[in-house]
Amino acid sequence: MNTEEKIIELKHITKRYGDNTVLQDFSLEIHDKEFVTFLGPSGCGKTTTLRIIGGFESPDEGDVYFMGERINDLPPYRRNVNTVFQRYALFPHLNVFENIAFGLRIAKVKEKEIVERVEKMIELVNLHGFEKRSVDTLSGGQQQRVAIARALVNNPRVLLLDEPLAALDLKLRKDMQKELKNIQRETGITFIYVTHDQEEALSMSDTIVVIDDGKIQQIGTSTDIYNEPENAFVADFIGESNILDGIMLEDKKVTFSNQTFECVDSGFDPNEPVDVVVRPEDVDIVPVEKGMLQGKVTSVVFKGVHWEIIVDINGFKWMIQTTDYCAPDSEIGVYIEPDAIHIMKKSQYSDKFGDYSSYSGEFEELSVAEPEDEEKPDVEAEQ
Amino acid sequence: MRKKSFIEGFAVVPHIVWLILFVILPLVFVVYFAFTGPDGSFSFSNITNLTRYGNIFLLSICFALISTVICFLIGYPLAYFMSRMKPKTQKILIIILMLPMWISLLIRTYSLMAILDNGGLLNSLFESLGITKVHIVGTPGAVILGMVYDFLPYMVLPIYTSLSKLDVKYYEAASDLGAGSVKTLFKVALPLSLPGVISGITMVFVPSISTFYISQKLGGGLFDLIGDTIERQFQNVSTYNMGAAVSLVMMILILASVAVMNHFSEGDDSEGGIIV
Repeated sequence: MNTEEKIIELKHITKRYGDNTVLQDFSLEIHDKEFVTFLGPSGCGKTTTLRIIGGFESPDEGDVYFMGERINDLPPYRRNVNTVFQRYALFPHLNVFENIAFGLRIAKVKEKEIVERVEKMIELVNLHGFEKRSVDTLSGGQQQRVAIARALVNNPRVLLLDEPLAALDLKLRKDMQKELKNIQRETGITFIYVTHDQEEALSMSDTIVVIDDGKIQQIGTSTDIYNEPENAFVADFIGESNILDGIMLEDKKVTFSNQTFECVDSGFDPNEPVDVVVRPEDVDIVPVEKGMLQGKVTSVVFKGVHWEIIVDINGFKWMIQTTDYCAPDSEIGVYIEPDAIHIMKKSQYSDKFGDYSSYSGEFEELSVAEPEDEEKPDVEAEQ
Repeated sequence: MRKKSFIEGFAVVPHIVWLILFVILPLVFVVYFAFTGPDGSFSFSNITNLTRYGNIFLLSICFALISTVICFLIGYPLAYFMSRMKPKTQKILIIILMLPMWISLLIRTYSLMAILDNGGLLNSLFESLGITKVHIVGTPGAVILGMVYDFLPYMVLPIYTSLSKLDVKYYEAASDLGAGSVKTLFKVALPLSLPGVISGITMVFVPSISTFYISQKLGGGLFDLIGDTIERQFQNVSTYNMGAAVSLVMMILILASVAVMNHFSEGDDSEGGIIV
């Protein structure tokens, strides 16, 4: 993707609200025709970044470039960028057709062309027959489609999407994910997508920008981010992971949980303390005597595709996802392939993520976040 | 349906008494006087004589329309900019706007006279600056100025209420879709604040058409409006009946205009709507 031309460039952006620094020395390049996702927890600065690109906020320090031109002071209506807002912001006094036609009418496009382009959009988002409907009578999913059509009809170079699917139910969200990805492929428009849902980010993006605390934690493809997390925050935020303290003895040799393992990473100092990540699905369960480590199963939860078991190994609770059932309280051995072990440098996040001792599957489901508003924590501050 | 308790039933009594005494009964009297002669006998003569007041009605409607339009043209942008200010600034501006409303209309009109009169503040200032005096009091402009000055807050407040309830996201969406501030004003803010506009227009038009004091003082007695006519006729017992007939027609006029305004906002139950 990096062969494509740079379309947006953020250089050393800093943004503060009062004493609160939302973005700190934030630099990023976005390439043409890319599907880029800003992923991070609520309040991490991802929406602020999007609003700076859209022109709704201006950075306190740093510069924004659009196709090589500095656009810091360009108001939103002069930017070749359109936005799909989090809660749609459809105009309640206009019907579906007129909502979609709004941008074209402002641009004084000829009536015949307006009808053509709007109809094409209505076709694209599957809203045929809804042209005359008032937007208040539409379901959440339909309003979402109108919002997407209203932005896309203007042929923007870049489409900004601020948690566009957060208010939809799971099934609809999955369908819309596929549709958005198809639309992006068909139109070739650069998408910048903000979400806190890691699964959504992994399944849609060409590039994921993981953000926390106003700083970029990692930029990479879905597989990069998942398989080679840069630090404990990324490893924990994307998917499930067992993060252990380890010592890198030498290249391709690491010690953790009182055992020395072969791994595939190198480039660390001898005896450097590191964070070790092992994904739950990469741990194989074997009979006790064949295991590299031995532990006792403390809980077993059926998840449909797999069992999710928590195993106490030398006092550290591992999560293992397996298709083989293990009875609670049974002793098992585990085997880990060298390439399943990922080594990370120590970071500010190193000790923040412990084991799975306080893990509850139920809690995880409950905390799947509602639509959030980073700028207005007083409005919806469930998190 | 639940039967109403004694207390609940009793609680409405004062309101009903009030309504009968001060709303229904006066209305009945107005109708009664309008259709009777000075001797108390039934008569249509008051109604037929109304044609003599045709010019007065026309003039009143013109004055009211012009001042309503001017109030809207000044009031809407004012309300719009107020609603886009910081919350703290908004509060201060609201208080400044409401301040004159705490003072009696009579005093306000008198002070306006003191400023505009031939020997008033404005002309003294002009004199000291060597500019020729201007004759303001006694012109139609003075009457309209008085109406606009007195009724402007009634235009601004309902529009401001409508606009301040508008979510910023609509402005952002409009800007995102290429609309500058003027286009956003016309294509988004105006249609979405229509209920406030309609209630503002009604609240300025109705008192403007029935006002009597402003035209007497600032018009220098040169402009006879409906309100003045009614006032004069009720000062003399012998013309009570004619006054009632004029009042009746004016009431019908106001009701009709309110109905027309209500028609515009039909199907729009959003906040800031009709108050009158």
